[in-house]
Amino acid sequence: MGATATIRGASFYRAQRAGSRVALYAGLWIGVIVMVVPFFWMVATSLKSPIEILEFPPTWIPTGQFAKTASGAWEEVYVASRDRDAGTVAVRSAAGGPARVLPASDVRSSVRLRFSNYAAAWRQAPFARYYLNTVFIVLCTLAGQLVTSALAAYAFARMRFPGRDVIFLLFLSMMMVPEPVYIVPSYIILAKLGWINTYQAMIVPWLAYIFNIFMLRQHFKTIPDDLYDAAIIDGCSRFAFLWRVVLPLSKAVLAAVVIFTVVSTWNSFLWPLVMTNTPDVRPLQVGLARFAQEQGTNHELMMAAAVFSIAPLVVAYFFAQKQIIQSLATSGIKG
Amino acid sequence: MRWLDDLRRRKAMDPLTAFFYLVPAAVIIVVFRMVPIASAFLVSFFDVKMGRLRGFIGLAHYTKLLTDPTFWSSLGTTAYYVVGVVPLSLFLALLVAVLLNQRIRALGFYRTVYFLPVVTSLVAVSVVWKWIFHPRLGLLNYVIQLLGGRPLHWLEEPRGILEMMASAAGWGWWPDWLAGPSLALIAVIIVSVWRGIGYNIVIFLAGLQNIPDQFYEAARIDGATSRQMFWRITWPLLSPTTFYVLLSTTITSFQVFTQIYLMTGPPIGGPMGTTKVIVYYLFERGFDAGGNMGYASAVALVLFTIILTLTLLQRRGVERRVYY
Repeated sequence: MGATATIRGASFYRAQRAGSRVALYAGLWIGVIVMVVPFFWMVATSLKSPIEILEFPPTWIPTGQFAKTASGAWEEVYVASRDRDAGTVAVRSAAGGPARVLPASDVRSSVRLRFSNYAAAWRQAPFARYYLNTVFIVLCTLAGQLVTSALAAYAFARMRFPGRDVIFLLFLSMMMVPEPVYIVPSYIILAKLGWINTYQAMIVPWLAYIFNIFMLRQHFKTIPDDLYDAAIIDGCSRFAFLWRVVLPLSKAVLAAVVIFTVVSTWNSFLWPLVMTNTPDVRPLQVGLARFAQEQGTNHELMMAAAVFSIAPLVVAYFFAQKQIIQSLATSGIKG
Repeated sequence: MRWLDDLRRRKAMDPLTAFFYLVPAAVIIVVFRMVPIASAFLVSFFDVKMGRLRGFIGLAHYTKLLTDPTFWSSLGTTAYYVVGVVPLSLFLALLVAVLLNQRIRALGFYRTVYFLPVVTSLVAVSVVWKWIFHPRLGLLNYVIQLLGGRPLHWLEEPRGILEMMASAAGWGWWPDWLAGPSLALIAVIIVSVWRGIGYNIVIFLAGLQNIPDQFYEAARIDGATSRQMFWRITWPLLSPTTFYVLLSTTITSFQVFTQIYLMTGPPIGGPMGTTKVIVYYLFERGFDAGGNMGYASAVALVLFTIILTLTLLQRRGVERRVYY
């Protein structure tokens, strides 16, 4: 009796567990769909024709209409109207020309991906310029931040000087102040320097970043004193110790700093929006925003531009997602 | 013992060397962070036109702020936004994190997918979602119609959702003050939750993985149900994480700008100005034509006060470790 009860109980629980497993995966997959569909929709729209965009209900997969020509080849056409009773379709050649009426069997639809939208979007606004601007700003900011942060963090972590902890705390307290609070006075200062609408305006104020100093300092502090003493006894200078011992031991933190700096600089928007007013120095995000505002109804071009403006980071993300997630999560940035 | 002297010398106070190491970072931080922050206070006491200080006017901006209906409504809109985003994001993120913590297969895949929007620029996200919300051609209205619902105007809808629900329920009259956030703002809230949830999931997941397995094993032996285990073990031990996520989400939400700017404004900050949040108002007053940067700075300082209060709260909470 007891034995059968146990067996029945186990199978009952197993069934219940299997049921909750199904619910678990169903819940997760609903979430996955909600997360992925906007990306899918962006790419799908970017490959449609301006006419297909206006179709409602919309097509999930970009589709083109093709009609049989006199020679028997298939030619891309736009469907002007369909007469279901007569079984005919009025089509207009995509290349232009007058409309003609064909039997429905001579018109078929199939997948049609218009990669030409990407070229069209790229040409309609100076995206090459925007791209170069962003890459240049990101690289300069990154190089500057690595140098200034490593040096400052090393001083805070390893050296003794009066007021060290007070200065460090003062720096940290600056971290709490959000960007919108100091953007107006920053604008005034940059205007006084004559830097509005220049690369400097987007690079120089970001050449040192307090959070990076903080992260590096925390890590530098974990490097044992004995190592330092030993190196000094061997005649190593302070700078050589930083360069030959501390930095090679900090590869993981440095990678996090790089990721954090690249992602936040690449995606920054409010600052360059305020500090630029012509396309020559405008970075990609501001360029994309302007493009979207100017395009109005060319959704396929907007989506194409959105795709190529996120592509580098998304590709990098798929290669190094674990590190990227980790470094963005510890940094606490969200936008 | 030359090496010992050497060592002593190197380990002694050496302000000059430290100074050289600190200078590059310090110059930038002082000039481009400390001075602007300090002068944000100052600027708010001045009349500023076209980036030039015109004259000291004392507290005039602040007294004007008190009677500025747009300022108060932007505060109210921001409050609606924060109250919409924070609980929704926390609840959904915790739910997904708990699901992901059930020893599932391909955890990395789910985490990668949920985190993907965090890496995507907010500008691109806003452009894409504006298209999804399109009132005539949008994907969302299509899905709603597939499910048998009526299409909505989303980002172009100034009516409050409570008012809309009331009228859908057949009430002809509804008080204005109870209209609730506009549907346009709700749409922005949806986008913000979608964009930021991956971040909160990752933080929650790390918190969940820090809870020792022994607690659950002991509870299981004592015959606890999974609901009991959640409320008696997970929830209390997760409270420091929850507290952190709560405040960091609140702090970022108060600063929302990009989504609003790109999906609903300009020119006026959403349908009938119903998505005009505080940073949008600041931007409009400070940087649009005919703007007044002094006035914008006064707005900025109100925002700063709010965020500072929240940050101090966060610091205190973290120090106390919010364990029960």
